[in-house]
Amino acid sequence: MAGEITGMVEKRGFGLWLTHLVMIAGVLVIFFPIWLAFVASTVTQPQIVQPPMPIWPGDQFIENYTAALVSGVNVPVAVMLGNSLVMAVGIAVGKIIISLLSAFAIVYFRFPARNLFFWLIFLTLMLPVEVRIVPTYEVIAGFGMLNSYSGLIFPLIASATATFLFRQFFLTIPDELAEAARVDGARPMRFFWDILLPMSRTNIAALFVILFIYGWNQYLWPLLITTDPSMNTIVMGIKQMFPSGDDVADWPVIMATSILAMIPPVLVVISMQKLFIRGLVDSEK
Amino acid sequence: MATVELDDIKKRFGSTEVIKGVSINVADGEFIVIVGPSGCGKSTLLRMVAGLETITEGELRIGGTRANDLEPMDRDIAMVFQNYALYPHMSVAQNMGYGLRIKGLPKAEIAAKVQGVAELLQLTELLDRKPKQLSGGQRQRVAMGRAIVREPKVFLFDEPLSNLDAKLRVQMRLEIRELQAKLGITALYVTHDQVEAMTMADRMIVMNEGIAEQIGTPLDVYERPASLFAAQFIGSPSMNVVEAEGRDGALHVGDMRLPNPAAAQGPVMLGLRPEHLVPDPDGPIALQVQLAEPLGANTLLHGKLPDGTAFTASLAGVHNVGHGGEALRLSVTPEHMHFFDKTTRRRLT
Amino acid sequence: MGAGDRPLYPRMEKRVTFKGWLLPLCLIAPQVFISAVFFFYPAGQAVWQSLFIPDPFGLSSQFVGLENFEYLLGDPFYRASFITTAIFSTLVTLAAMIPALFLAVMADRLVKSAGVYRTLLIWPYAVAPAVAGVLWLFMFNTRVGVVAWYLGQLGYDWNHVLNEGEAMGLVVVASAWGRISYNFLFFFAALQAVPRSIIEAAAIDGARFWRRFFTIVLPLLSPTTFFLLVVNIVYAFFETFGVIHTITSGGPQQATTILVYKVFSDGFVGQDLGSSAAQSVILLVVVGLLTVLQFKYVEKRVHY
Repeated sequence: MAGEITGMVEKRGFGLWLTHLVMIAGVLVIFFPIWLAFVASTVTQPQIVQPPMPIWPGDQFIENYTAALVSGVNVPVAVMLGNSLVMAVGIAVGKIIISLLSAFAIVYFRFPARNLFFWLIFLTLMLPVEVRIVPTYEVIAGFGMLNSYSGLIFPLIASATATFLFRQFFLTIPDELAEAARVDGARPMRFFWDILLPMSRTNIAALFVILFIYGWNQYLWPLLITTDPSMNTIVMGIKQMFPSGDDVADWPVIMATSILAMIPPVLVVISMQKLFIRGLVDSEK
Repeated sequence: MATVELDDIKKRFGSTEVIKGVSINVADGEFIVIVGPSGCGKSTLLRMVAGLETITEGELRIGGTRANDLEPMDRDIAMVFQNYALYPHMSVAQNMGYGLRIKGLPKAEIAAKVQGVAELLQLTELLDRKPKQLSGGQRQRVAMGRAIVREPKVFLFDEPLSNLDAKLRVQMRLEIRELQAKLGITALYVTHDQVEAMTMADRMIVMNEGIAEQIGTPLDVYERPASLFAAQFIGSPSMNVVEAEGRDGALHVGDMRLPNPAAAQGPVMLGLRPEHLVPDPDGPIALQVQLAEPLGANTLLHGKLPDGTAFTASLAGVHNVGHGGEALRLSVTPEHMHFFDKTTRRRLT
Repeated sequence: MGAGDRPLYPRMEKRVTFKGWLLPLCLIAPQVFISAVFFFYPAGQAVWQSLFIPDPFGLSSQFVGLENFEYLLGDPFYRASFITTAIFSTLVTLAAMIPALFLAVMADRLVKSAGVYRTLLIWPYAVAPAVAGVLWLFMFNTRVGVVAWYLGQLGYDWNHVLNEGEAMGLVVVASAWGRISYNFLFFFAALQAVPRSIIEAAAIDGARFWRRFFTIVLPLLSPTTFFLLVVNIVYAFFETFGVIHTITSGGPQQATTILVYKVFSDGFVGQDLGSSAAQSVILLVVVGLLTVLQFKYVEKRVHY
């Protein structure tokens, strides 16, 4: 029976190779669309328009990416990348700051209407901006925040996921730590800076990864409020690069832009894989 | 260094009263152990002294001044927690110096004080480590160090040894007592372990259900327990308590006739410590032995009295008792008989 | 031990708190302010607007009570959109979860190299739905798409621009693609958390791999599965706008117009604010229900 038990922990011989084969096939299938996009971003337009397009990269890498970054279609992709970066970082940092503060208030204080505020904040937990787009758009338009970074950022900060995460985390911190700090003479904000914030470092970093991707990948909201191409974000800008009517799309540049749109979030995910997975699992459960 | 006075301290959570009026005057430099079972309110009492719980009623004076409404930091106390509550992201030195840093002491002075205490506690090697790199005993020491470095008027200990293994506990118990004596700082120490209470305390408070059952020196409590609870909580194995009735100048326990030194009349509770029983062929107590536990220096005999009450005797040396149903006669000297009121459960005489 | 003799506090509360009320109010103010301005006010507006019909010039509007809702629920297009959404989200959820579970089970058998596969598989999660839409559109583009071309070689005339079923299939696959990564991570983590001793006990009892999987492992995974079910439905409902907008724009013949897309197209393209607002309110209710469902789950997790 011992063979059977180890066999189930890790298959040996033929079974092992079969499992690897399945995994590799899975990875290839999952990867195929990205690979194809990459290939398309390195060949010429005629090579694509004459199907089937090649399956291995061509020699137009520098040309296509330069064309995209410097001139793009409506606006240089470099500009859109910058906008996306501002938006993603703005959302991540903004949300982390207000969430840390409000979670601290909710967990470590008893104050009037605390429960009311608690529920008000938590009502926003899952409601995506998509559901309230028209009135939110009107609010932003009313403030004159169309085509502005603040218009891109603020409505997406109004959600309680991060507050919830920090609240959960603060609740796991032993009470004795706050008591020890009180005995040591720390007043609330001192405790926040000296104890709570340093202890939350990992959570903050993990949340940053999640929120950065969330912000970077926004589509509908920037589509609505950035009518000026120079304020477009890259994710929504790709669709704007398709010509209306029957004109043929400039596929190599579009695909180069798609690859460029993926690189920052993919880099973040891969380089901070551990933090990212932890953040993901924490923020969702 | 200071006296601590508790004057009829009460604590209510909503309508439930968890501390029902505790008073004690703790002398300067005294080591007080608050002992009792889970849920007796001993930690709550300590936390009220610390300022971590509000005092519902009564007055607390530290060093002669009213402290009810002072913040913990203004009470000039230091506390050692059960789980040590070390700041996980700070080094040992930073942990110890944090209170001083908040007070705004110059860095050099903090470093000097931390260094001094670290030497006292043999922590010098560990000053740059983080808490998670320390063993349980070392963490315990750091928690002590953090308390000492602030030179408080009063030490508060909340079950500081209960997370350590048995051997370390014995060692740390001695260390804490020695340190406290050396520094001469008044200490309040909470534990559920009666051995800790007996060995460490100058005086102890035996608590049960929010009431101080008895306040006294360990020997006091052992020799003259003020209540049935104190009698049974202190001492191991715990005191035998049987129902008895005083009449005709003797004490009747079932069919057994014992002397009646207290001249008790009517029904009383009689307490006999297992270790005070001696084998005596003419003794008045008949024990039907069911189980013998030889411990080497002494032997525990568990069994029943003729009326079926469970009863334990602890006899010096080795006693070979066969399996089941052996009868043994025991006697006890009158000064080792404890009498308690049947309804108030307080000591008589 | 010591913990037992402390008064019982509600589990979700701290035993000790700091005093004062001004500081916490200041701390919570930014979030409350932002939520009020960008969340509660617009949500309130949506409810309010759903009770009015604006005149054709947008100069005034008339209170109509629940007429917008009545109209919506009687509108065959809206009902069709409901059914479309149901089909779409069911398909996306299945297409995203089943392959993920399968891959996770496979990866779980590979003790040493599982991490490598995980790194390779999490990529697509980072790809925005809108970008995913573009990638899949490119593969299936009727003029240049490689896959469409090969299908043509095989004699199958792929045209998602005209064929409703093909359009639906394409947006489902493009939406599910990135989610496979996400679900894989959760399933994999859950599988790793299954105690070896339970599996070994089952192995000693003589259960073979797949039998063990269905009788022991899958039931143990049920909390994760339930959680992913809710999360994937929410995703399919609300976060797939980018995919649909880039690939089909809701067509052909509204075959891929899910509810969120309809809010957008009626509100911004059709400028029918009353109807769009009423649709938002209905979606609000749907989200509310899903949130309650998820929150129950969250609280349960927290409580053990």
